[in-house]
Amino acid sequence: MSELFQLSAVEAAQLLQAKKISSVELTGNVINRIEDVENRVQAFLIWDKELALSQAKVVDEHRMRGEDLSPLAGIPIALKDNICTQGIRTTAGSKILYNFIPPYDATVVNKLKQAGLVLIGKTNCDEFAMGSSTENSGYHTTSNPWDLERVPGGSSGGSAAAVAAGESLLSLGSDTGGSIRQPASLCGVVGMKPTYGRVSRYGLIAYASSLDQIGPFGRTVRDCAALLNLISGHDGMDSTSTSVPVPDYTKACESDVKGLKIGVPREFFAQGVSGDVDMLVRAAIEKLCELGAEAEECSLPFSEYALAAYYIIAPAEASSNLARFDGVRYGLRTKELAGHISLTEKTRNEGFGDEVKQRIMIGTYALSAGYYDAYYKRAQQIRTLIRRDFDRAFEKFDILLTPTSPTTAFKIGEKSDPLAMKLADVCTLPVNMAGLPALSLPCGFVDGLPVGMQVVGKPFDEETVFRVSHTYEQASLWHTSRPLL
Amino acid sequence: MLLNREEVRKVALLARLELTDDEIDQQAVNLNGLLDKFEALQEIDVSDVEPTSHSIPMVNILRDDLLVQSLSRESTLANAPESRDGCFIVPRIVGDV
Repeated sequence: MSELFQLSAVEAAQLLQAKKISSVELTGNVINRIEDVENRVQAFLIWDKELALSQAKVVDEHRMRGEDLSPLAGIPIALKDNICTQGIRTTAGSKILYNFIPPYDATVVNKLKQAGLVLIGKTNCDEFAMGSSTENSGYHTTSNPWDLERVPGGSSGGSAAAVAAGESLLSLGSDTGGSIRQPASLCGVVGMKPTYGRVSRYGLIAYASSLDQIGPFGRTVRDCAALLNLISGHDGMDSTSTSVPVPDYTKACESDVKGLKIGVPREFFAQGVSGDVDMLVRAAIEKLCELGAEAEECSLPFSEYALAAYYIIAPAEASSNLARFDGVRYGLRTKELAGHISLTEKTRNEGFGDEVKQRIMIGTYALSAGYYDAYYKRAQQIRTLIRRDFDRAFEKFDILLTPTSPTTAFKIGEKSDPLAMKLADVCTLPVNMAGLPALSLPCGFVDGLPVGMQVVGKPFDEETVFRVSHTYEQASLWHTSRPLL
Repeated sequence: MLLNREEVRKVALLARLELTDDEIDQQAVNLNGLLDKFEALQEIDVSDVEPTSHSIPMVNILRDDLLVQSLSRESTLANAPESRDGCFIVPRIVGDV
């Protein structure tokens, strides 16, 4: 048998349920893997061997007593470091939270604990989830397990790299403009952003509240479905979480796309998409057509304005959300003697990185008196037009297929121009603006680097997204490839 | 529309960021670069388009007025850079500005 850390979560769960392995064995094997490769990958900001093994031991005891356990009980999971964990340092990748120990768990963490998952660590990310490479982390840059000189994508780069490298079987990330799907694509794993409102954001350190959504990473589509089952649903602590019923997503993981209508939006194959990526995504669509689906080109004309509108809306919300970091209640406080305004200004200047400052500045400007209508309101109106494009497409199609990222993973330090970096999210941003569910899964390799395809569904129709993705995955088998580390 | 140094300085004050002169210059370049990209949005006719703040309908949600456990004072203050007698300590704000 191959090493336990290489198993998919669902495979490992079956072995646990059959009592062929224990969670302590599985978790221990994953910890060994971390000790072996983490100095090269640097996916984590913090991980804790003893804490992980003690949780695993408890789950094993429950199982030995014959208690009713959740399907993923005993499986190790890593969490992006912008998800609050009671008693475990949570920094959101920012120096301004270098010493923050949350007094409560995020709702998703509560749910995972109740389901008996084993938390092994908190993963690196771009500061406050602002970035596409983890290079904006206040701590270090994570490496892509497929090529250590390249970025893992971002902002949930640590969560994607940990799963790709075998340092965890599952992880959670957050996605505001592509921060789950783009790193999933660059690291060759599966990552999903659920419909806005599907998963509670309580305890997620806010970046842009109308766009943020927590979602799963796994090595297979079924792994992501099983994890989404555990974290979905209404939560009284988040008024934007909805009461739309949550089906069993693993039941949607069946191979059947007969008669399925695929829309192929042409704008997502322009805008700097490399020839190789274009070719592989089109080949994947062709494969689904061989399996019984029908594909047709379509147009989402306003999506080309999504990037500009996003860089008004997201920073505007961020400038408001990040106003809470004032050096009074938690986090960093400047050592310089200062009056109260100066204390806030100095603390924020010391604690925030360049990209965060830039977004706070543009957001503050876009919301300031005299410019609100020209920027923020107009961007929200364009958001309506973007959503209408999708609504119209979904009158005709069941699913939309696009590249996830225009290119494969780029080299660390390669994109020094912040505007060039932002183009990495051009295929994923419009989906957040419309609040739709979307998943990225591997669809091939270029020069040894993974390429991802984005599968976009109707609001609250994660099931079709999983069904299409699972069908392609089982027919292609890209998910069985592992990086050599 | 281009922002000059003074306008950037004013935005920094609103954002409560104490920036050095060099940082102000750098921010001016960044802001003006982004504002230039935003110009493309001005060409779209949005006259009859309702703005979207959230992709799902937002309604006020009320819960029953029940007494529930909240965070203790001790855990609320545990992360404070400075606290005393159950209070957050901030610099003096009255009398010396």
